[in-house]
Amino acid sequence: MSESTPDHGLLATTRYLPRLRLERAEVLAQHRWMAPGLRALAKGQRTIASWDEDSVTMAVEAARSLQLASVAPTAGPVELTLVSTTLPFADRLNAGIVASAVGLAGDAVLRDVASSSRAALAELALALRRPAAAGAHWVVAAERRTPKPASAQEMVFGDGAAGAVVGTGAAIACHVASRSSHADLVDHFRQNGADHDYGWEERWVRDEGYMKIAVATIRGCLADAGVAASDIGHFAMPAPLARINDAVAKRLGIAATALVSAEHETVGDRGSAQPLAMLDAALRAAAPGALILVAAFGSGCDALLLRRTDVPCPGATPAPGRAETSYLRYLSFTGLIDLEWGMRAEMDNKTALTAAWRDHARASRFEGGRCGGCGTVQFPRSRVCVNPECNAQDRQEPLSVADLPARVLSHTSDFLAYTPNPPFQFGHVDFDSGARVLMEFADADADELKVGLPLRMVYRIKDFDRQRGFRRYFWKATPARGNNGATPAPREGAI
Amino acid sequence: MASGIRDKVAILGMGCSLFGERWDCGPDDLMLEAFNEALADAGIGLRQIEAAWFGVCLEENNVGKTAGPLAQALRLPRIAATRVENACATGTEALRGAAYAVAAGAYDIVLALGVEKLKDTGYGGLPVRTRGVANDLWMPNATAPGAFAQLATAYAAKHGVAMADLKRAMARISVKSHANAALNPKAHLRNPITEADVLKAGTIAAPLGLYDCCGVSDGAACAILTTPEIARALRPSAEVVTIKALELSVSNGEEAGFHRWDGAHIATAREAGARAYAAAGITDPRRQIDMAEVHDCFSITEAVLMEDLGFSAPGRVIHDALDGVFDRDGALPVQPDGGLKCFGHPIGASGLRMVYELYLQIHGRAEGRQLKQVDLGLTHNLGGHPQQNVCAVSIVGRQGA
Repeated sequence: MSESTPDHGLLATTRYLPRLRLERAEVLAQHRWMAPGLRALAKGQRTIASWDEDSVTMAVEAARSLQLASVAPTAGPVELTLVSTTLPFADRLNAGIVASAVGLAGDAVLRDVASSSRAALAELALALRRPAAAGAHWVVAAERRTPKPASAQEMVFGDGAAGAVVGTGAAIACHVASRSSHADLVDHFRQNGADHDYGWEERWVRDEGYMKIAVATIRGCLADAGVAASDIGHFAMPAPLARINDAVAKRLGIAATALVSAEHETVGDRGSAQPLAMLDAALRAAAPGALILVAAFGSGCDALLLRRTDVPCPGATPAPGRAETSYLRYLSFTGLIDLEWGMRAEMDNKTALTAAWRDHARASRFEGGRCGGCGTVQFPRSRVCVNPECNAQDRQEPLSVADLPARVLSHTSDFLAYTPNPPFQFGHVDFDSGARVLMEFADADADELKVGLPLRMVYRIKDFDRQRGFRRYFWKATPARGNNGATPAPREGAI
Repeated sequence: MASGIRDKVAILGMGCSLFGERWDCGPDDLMLEAFNEALADAGIGLRQIEAAWFGVCLEENNVGKTAGPLAQALRLPRIAATRVENACATGTEALRGAAYAVAAGAYDIVLALGVEKLKDTGYGGLPVRTRGVANDLWMPNATAPGAFAQLATAYAAKHGVAMADLKRAMARISVKSHANAALNPKAHLRNPITEADVLKAGTIAAPLGLYDCCGVSDGAACAILTTPEIARALRPSAEVVTIKALELSVSNGEEAGFHRWDGAHIATAREAGARAYAAAGITDPRRQIDMAEVHDCFSITEAVLMEDLGFSAPGRVIHDALDGVFDRDGALPVQPDGGLKCFGHPIGASGLRMVYELYLQIHGRAEGRQLKQVDLGLTHNLGGHPQQNVCAVSIVGRQGA
């Protein structure tokens, strides 16, 4: 079998990380009085979602980076699977929110998959085993868990998303073998409606779970492929304890050098997104021809063996984030503490679902219009062109501005307005295409906003309707930082 | 061919309540307070009023809908009454409706009254509210200070001036308004302040600090209008004050959604100002206008308006403000009554309050803050935010001026 460029297989993978990185030492500092044992876990940082991020918005960003890498077809037969144990809606197709935001065709087949931290790997293996004619399949996983304060999970977990696309094209890796097993060994659980996980002793999970169930499943997978454990170049497996991977690798005969980092020091465990995130890291490190083994444990085990091709991995790795030293801010963002926000926070954010559907592409896809008469790009799209020299009626073609570059025309940091993360930063945003929109800014540091600052768009929660348990999403503008995380220099308009 | 309303409408009487935190007064009390003063000033009886225009903006916070609350508060004898609303320019809108009715010859004597009871919300600043169900899906729920702060960042960038210099000029604008209001017994905020007070105050919406923002007040103001002929007949010994122009311009979404607007000026103010100057025959506003009351909801708003209304050359307002041009003893006094900044801003009343000050100054009844000679003045009333608003400009003066 050719190892160079198969025309079907894994086309791309990606990782998305929220910008904020909570310092674990700050978490320990708040709990030391009652949980000094957390000290052993209190090294480095973990990612935390901002107040306006959830599993859906992080999945959107992961899907967009797959899309921007120009490998993910949005036409033709397409399937999208959204995987998470922390989906915001129990009854509303969460994958539908993601698909609308990235502009998937209306005939795409969508589904939400939940309940297990190995679900995304099972879905990916399934997609890879299907015939090429089945079309493109996106698997996007995202997780935003809110562990109980002072729990080990609070230290160990991280928020984030990851994604993979399987389809026809220049594959970065192809399927060699995969195995699945199920076993209702309850290492941890979270009942519907509960806020936090409840877990059993990790040493038991290691000995009875990983060392038996995972090892057996991986052995089966390797046997199916006729591959020796010693030939594995990269071994990626999420685990609650750092040394579990070492022990499993040793038991199987996988070289210690093959272990893929779980990024515990900088990110934390991303739950159902972790297998795909570790796969992404493995693929980017792997040489052409290398064998990559990904395993995921949880109510059984999935093992997936891939062979890397010589096709470069599309897209970039996540930029460094910003250290967050306020544990109280984290508690407030996650709703674990209820602060007094004043009467301005009492505003009723009821969504008129009729109006939301009427103009659904406006909010979901950031869809404006381009005038067929004068070419002016505008948001929102309207019946009459905004250009006073044109004013043509009914000439606008839909155009999403979500991926178009923009810059700051004016801005403020407002301390009067209610926002879960004061100050409320918003301003006029001028797109290079000519569109202008008054927008909220996301993830902007104090004093970072400047007239002319280059911006890109991100999909976020706009408002919560706590009375009715609803949330609405829209796009926000964020500084278009380079991959090194540095603030870009302001530039003049190109219009 | 329409010929406008220049000198076709006279102000027969005016009234204005005390502005401020009127905890013990409801909107009915405020309306009656302003109305009684106007009726006495006009020297007529209630039953001589043939029609009324009623301005209130946030009716859900005070009087409720329709013109009924005005009719009830004053016990108007079942005359025609119309409620108008154009955000913070509501007061001028009431005046405009009434004035056009007189100019059209439909009525001889009419009432324009604006009221707002803002201090029943339980918190400072203007009430938070929906922007409409479709807009709420994407528009930031901007506060007024946040929306107007945009002017400052865009203005500094456009003219290449340091924010520190702009902030000094903004501080000077607020210091001037406090000094003027200290002489005004009806003003909400009467404490003199210094530039240092302004610059060290807490930030509300960067770069606007506390003293860059106007007061949120309860209050009412009203005008009784008639024809110049009737005014002269009813008050033979009094100066006849007439309306020279009353113009309105409304944003159509171009500033907010098209890339031409620079974010550093009020497009509708330029439009309404130009039309009002044309209607009143004014070619050099800086010299021909004796005083102005503009919509200084924030210090930066007043600053950019000085340029938009032709009082300062483009990019020159920082110098003019710091040179004292707009002080009470300057070449063109602006906000001699303290403005929105210090007289206060009961939304529906503000446009009429501006005309009230102009009317007092023309009559020489402005007491401690009386200017030397006012023959012709301007009011400018803005509703909405810089990128999407209504601007009303009135020019009022002595008959023949």
